[in-house]
Amino acid sequence: MRYLVSVIDDKDNPGSTDRGPAINAFNERLIAEGHWVFSGGLADTGAATVVDNRGEQAVFSDGPFVESKEYLAGVWVWEAPDLDVALRLAAEASEVCDRKIEVRPFL
Amino acid sequence: MSDVAEAVTRAHHDEWARVVAALTRRFGDLDIAEEAAAEAFATAVERWPADGVPPNPGAWLTTTANRRAIDRLRRESKRDDKHREAQMTYGHPPEPAGAIDDDRLRLIFTCCHPALAMEARVALTLRMVGGLTVPEIARAFLVRGTAMEQRITRAKAKIKAARIPCRMPSADDLPDRVSGVLAVLFLVFNEGYLASGPGAGPVRHDLTTEAIRLTRLIRALLPQDGEVAGLLALMLLTEARRAARVSADGELVALDEQDRGAWDAELIAEGHRLVRERLAAAAAGAAPGRYQILAAINAVHTSARDIRDTDWSQILALYDQLVRLDPSPIIALNRAVAVAELDGPEVALAIVDRLAEALAGYHAYHATRADLLRRLGRSRQSRAAYDRAIELAGNTGETAYLTRRRAQLR
Repeated sequence: MRYLVSVIDDKDNPGSTDRGPAINAFNERLIAEGHWVFSGGLADTGAATVVDNRGEQAVFSDGPFVESKEYLAGVWVWEAPDLDVALRLAAEASEVCDRKIEVRPFL
Repeated sequence: MSDVAEAVTRAHHDEWARVVAALTRRFGDLDIAEEAAAEAFATAVERWPADGVPPNPGAWLTTTANRRAIDRLRRESKRDDKHREAQMTYGHPPEPAGAIDDDRLRLIFTCCHPALAMEARVALTLRMVGGLTVPEIARAFLVRGTAMEQRITRAKAKIKAARIPCRMPSADDLPDRVSGVLAVLFLVFNEGYLASGPGAGPVRHDLTTEAIRLTRLIRALLPQDGEVAGLLALMLLTEARRAARVSADGELVALDEQDRGAWDAELIAEGHRLVRERLAAAAAGAAPGRYQILAAINAVHTSARDIRDTDWSQILALYDQLVRLDPSPIIALNRAVAVAELDGPEVALAIVDRLAEALAGYHAYHATRADLLRRLGRSRQSRAAYDRAIELAGNTGETAYLTRRRAQLR
């Protein structure tokens, strides 16, 4: 079972910026335990571009698809046998990243 | 009710949770388990009048439900092989020896999973474990039936999509998972204590017994948990009054009119032992949670040989402690009953009236008000409050009680 694990930051109350080494160590463990599929931190939402080509021609707009106080700061894809395992890892991930985590299953 | 109809009703009470839990374990899918169980009971209603009630209704129902589930999976496998594969491989291997092996307990932990909203946990447990119908659950929680149906459907969909497992939680997760289960079991107990179905008797002994049975299991697993002990004591001290709580003609009997000789001395002794155990822990510095305080309140009630011997000041002190922990309007309403005994109905009525907005749809609010107004001699207002309470009360015994009290107004 695969889960998309989103790291959520808060513009008004951002998590600390010195989490890199701890996250690296956590990733090593995820890999060793067979949970790690993918991970990556994301550039600021200001660097996002939304593309809409449902009409006659593609429309490009600057910025994220939704402006909000909370935003996606990074993602993981994990392999886990069930939600209990994913939630236990996510509880650790939240502490390691100093940010909120959303766990969402893939179809 | 005919013998067969009665057998179906009894089988539903006795076997529903077992059938759903066994199927959930086998097929790893609540939806399939619930639907197959419901179909098996529908088949029983159809077939038992002609074929007779089988010698072992539980086994008959489980076998029938299993067949229905397999039929459904076969139908679906033709449409979607991948889906079928997921269903078939999802079942879990047996737990290692030593773990509590109870399908229903496992099912409860799934229904009470922390990834589900609290409301969904309660609704799901009552549906899947309690076997209550959606309208009965909706009534218990003062919401519309369609909203409750949606809540249950959404919860089942999440369990499936996110793969919430049907098994005992790990030792690390257990304490947190237990407090979620206790909240749900307390609500199940309350549904049994004050049954809401129009066809049901005033007390659904099966639900109170089931809640107590499962709470005892959790107590055996977590003997140090104060709230588990507190909840068990609370249930036992409430259950002990069951025989005295309903009259021969099915009317609820209020605490002040109960025959205290009919209380179950053994259950009271067991409940008091648990409360004493928690009082000792509190004296040693453990802060009591709400179930322990509620149990202590019930211990005070069950210690009085006569209603006039009730130590109301101790009860009020316990309610004050409870309000600090849980400032909900229902707790405030119950506290007002103790206030009425100590400071008189007028003071209590002022407190109750402040809860009007929050509790306008709650029968006990109107019943409490009616009683206070009656004691103040304000008969016309008391009658109106009784009218409203009777309108809202779903319990047959309570309706009978309220109707009699209204008729006694001058």
